[in-house]
Amino acid sequence: MRRSSSLRNQVYGWLLLTPAAILLIAFTHYPAVATLAKSFYSTGTVTRPSKFVGLDNYRFMLEDQVFWKVLENNIWYAAGTIPVSIAIALLMAVWVNGKLPLRGLIRMSYFTPTILPMIAVANIWLFFFTPQIGLLDQVGALFGFPSHNWLGDTDTVLACIIVITIWKEAGFFMIFYLAALQTLPPELEEAAKLEGASRWAFFRRVTFPLLMPTTLFVLINAVINSFKLVDHLFILTKGGPDNASSLLLYYIYENAFSFFDQNYASTLTVVLLLALAIIAIGQFVILDKRIHYR
Amino acid sequence: MFGRIRRYLAGVTLGLTLAFSTVQSALAVELTMYYPVAVGGPLTKIVDGLVDDFMKANPDIKVKAIYAGNYNDARIKALAALNSGQPAQLSVMFSIDIYELIEQDAIVAFDDIVETPEDKAWLDSFYPALMGNGRTGGKTWGIPFQRSTIVMYYNKDAFRDAGLDPEKAPATWDELVSMGKKLVKKSGDNVDRWAVMIPSTGYPYWMFGALAMQNDQVLMNGDGNETYFDAPATVEALQFWRDLGAKHKVMPDGTIEWGTLRKNFLEGKTAIMWHSTGNLTAVKKNAKFDFGVAMLPANKRRGTPTGGGNFYIFKKTTPEERKAAMKLIRFLTEPKRTAEWSIKTGYIGTRPDAYETEALKKYVVEFPPAAVARDQLEFATPELSTYQTGRVRKLLDDAIQATLTGAKPAKDSLGSAQSQASRLLKRYQ
Amino acid sequence: MDNAGGPSDTARRRINAWSMIETGAAWLLALLWLLPLLYAFWSAFHPSEYATRFELTAPLTLENFQIAWSRAPFARYYLNTFLMVTSILAAQFVLCTLAAYAFARFEFRGRDIAFALVLVQLMIMPEVLIVENYRTMSQLNMVDTIIGIGLPYMASAFGIFLLRQTFKTIPKELEDAARVEGCGPMQILWKVYVPLAKPTYIAYGLVSVSYHWNNFLWPLVITNSQTTRPLTVGLAIFGAPESGVEWPIVTAGTLLAVAPLLLAFLLFQRQFVQSFMHAGIK
Repeated sequence: MRRSSSLRNQVYGWLLLTPAAILLIAFTHYPAVATLAKSFYSTGTVTRPSKFVGLDNYRFMLEDQVFWKVLENNIWYAAGTIPVSIAIALLMAVWVNGKLPLRGLIRMSYFTPTILPMIAVANIWLFFFTPQIGLLDQVGALFGFPSHNWLGDTDTVLACIIVITIWKEAGFFMIFYLAALQTLPPELEEAAKLEGASRWAFFRRVTFPLLMPTTLFVLINAVINSFKLVDHLFILTKGGPDNASSLLLYYIYENAFSFFDQNYASTLTVVLLLALAIIAIGQFVILDKRIHYR
Repeated sequence: MFGRIRRYLAGVTLGLTLAFSTVQSALAVELTMYYPVAVGGPLTKIVDGLVDDFMKANPDIKVKAIYAGNYNDARIKALAALNSGQPAQLSVMFSIDIYELIEQDAIVAFDDIVETPEDKAWLDSFYPALMGNGRTGGKTWGIPFQRSTIVMYYNKDAFRDAGLDPEKAPATWDELVSMGKKLVKKSGDNVDRWAVMIPSTGYPYWMFGALAMQNDQVLMNGDGNETYFDAPATVEALQFWRDLGAKHKVMPDGTIEWGTLRKNFLEGKTAIMWHSTGNLTAVKKNAKFDFGVAMLPANKRRGTPTGGGNFYIFKKTTPEERKAAMKLIRFLTEPKRTAEWSIKTGYIGTRPDAYETEALKKYVVEFPPAAVARDQLEFATPELSTYQTGRVRKLLDDAIQATLTGAKPAKDSLGSAQSQASRLLKRYQ
Repeated sequence: MDNAGGPSDTARRRINAWSMIETGAAWLLALLWLLPLLYAFWSAFHPSEYATRFELTAPLTLENFQIAWSRAPFARYYLNTFLMVTSILAAQFVLCTLAAYAFARFEFRGRDIAFALVLVQLMIMPEVLIVENYRTMSQLNMVDTIIGIGLPYMASAFGIFLLRQTFKTIPKELEDAARVEGCGPMQILWKVYVPLAKPTYIAYGLVSVSYHWNNFLWPLVITNSQTTRPLTVGLAIFGAPESGVEWPIVTAGTLLAVAPLLLAFLLFQRQFVQSFMHAGIK
């Protein structure tokens, strides 16, 4: 049905959009551009004002050992949290969707980490990982394992952070899988059973491909979170020891608010934005092809 | 007729009173002060109490004391407030923030505010060791308030258990190692109790300041533009720290968590801990064993860094506000109030005459550890503080952690830290 | 006929054993997942000697809660969080509804590009841009205000996206019927679209409230004082004094802070889960 006047459409459309647009531009688009612009200037103090320095900040960044360490950590962090939390989420969803006794209780327990703020549970996890008197070591002692300095060992600290993130995220992703599983027609499973297909084969050939759209959605969420979720670092390690557990967003915060080097922090943010942009493009271009839509 | 006159007079009196009090409150100076809390306990209540006492004694000054979190938070908040519509006039901030605050042209030197000779004398009435971090360029920028040093807490029962004299804590590095070896308790391969724990997360550079000073080495100069991270004595000190864990096995390997250290000590997982005097009250309350406090051991000499926060007055203040701020600071640093503050919180008394007050004299007799902290001030050294202090501190922290976790030998990690620090500080020289 | 296509006896037994193992594994995982919360309860209700000792005969105490409550102004933090979350949600409802309506039902030049630009915020969230956003806020003099915490989030790309989807599924006949009765576009929005999108609003509301109740990094940066600090920042400051972690007090404080959300979740578990699911399907 045709609208009465195209001009009215235009005006209305833009008017309705304007309030949201103002805020979005102010807090997403403008800052993104400003971050890029500021990265070309030196940070000013009252006694030494800011000036244009071209690519100096970038040169400093490339020579900054901590930056490379932080980037490497973020990649490990992503590689550790994303596949594992998605896999566990899928497993949880399948279990909760099935005919397990105490299903409601189990579902609640899986979902609880999602509603607790990360900063609140970080102290509890600190207790778990404390050497000797912490829970992990106490349980380990029962089995004769020696005490280990989980958060103080550069080899294990990142793994601990990853574990905490997986714990926090899996339940959240489970919900999306649950929703998707419940939209699958039960006839498919019955038909497969009649043909004698094993559960695993059914899952691999039918369920999983049908869940692809959900997996894609969850994957994107997981990727974004792997850049965003740094709350636990504030309580547990502050990025240490020796930056072994530091992540890019945390390093940005440190530079901006502990070292007062806002423009270097902007330079680092540009890297973060670039990473997010590449992922966004990658998502649309590559993964779009591999989804089965019904 | 008299009724009317009386009413008229009443009205005039009322009007004048109102006008007067309005003028009074208009004349009242309002001060906003941010302060951090770095020790456990109901410190905000104590601060509020002191501030209330001040306002009672000075009805023309209104003070809003805002708890800002830890030292980092306090600095961030105070500086942010300066740029916003509601600036603070004074704040308690880290003693080592001094160069950053000067570079941001945020603070004013006390020498520029004090007028009377009595005030000037007041500037010199604090322990000199505590003034180190507050003075540069010949001027005083920070006045000590909540200051601490590191002391050695030790478990006397554990000492007895190991056959050592419980009244004699290790006095030298060598004694720390030899006594430490006796204090370690194992069951099989598992260590039930370590001899000593020196925390290396949180503020590793602070603990390291003690070790370096005990080796007769300072970490920076008094102008904030030079560091000595790779001096031979510094490297030796870090090597000793590493050896405690890796070679002598009296300390756990890797980094030791600041936040859980006190709990470890209270649970008997370590016989000795190096920690801030700020923990005195908490340890006293919770220790289920006989414990003692001693000065840190010496190598070439005794040494401990000072820590904690100073009063700073901001530059963006009117002369009236500065006068009022000075009044507040002088009030809070009066000997009897300093004594009260020290007893309630465990921070050290910042001035000799505080220890001459009845309250502190009595307290020190009842609670000898308080005396240890006071006596150690003779050997104290300023905390690491330079321009770009956050970055420089982090360089040292990372180097310490790299060596303690075995990733890099002391010479390399400190050498790298020094070269990077020099690069940062070059433009201030 | 009885065995055709069905599992044999041995196969059935194998399946039963397998399903028992699976059930056990599911329960074990559930227990593991609850462990941190269980520890929080243990540590908060027992005196500090028992924080690291798990003796079942340990005495219970409410002292930790009293100390935690007195050490930090939780009541004020609650108020701040409540005001923040409500103001964000209210603004989101209004702004996202208007924008979604525009995208769903109006044709205007540049609409698709605008929509793509909106979707950018799904990737580039305000947290990532803390440095610049903080600068903007301080220029607007909104540092340390409750509105300041919420402002970057009030135009939510996720909300616009969800509502646009929902609006698009509403049959045009309803709109036509309303127009016949003489309603203008805003009235159509109010009378037709909004009521029919109620499930989406509820779903989105729950997602938004959970997210902002638990948000930490941006509020940390933007708030300075007790009158604006939300629970998460208050907890972080409260739980990490430089002298060390006192688990009983910290966990008591944590429980005080998460109690309402936990309670709401326990009571409305079904709705919570359905909302998140609903939001996810789109």
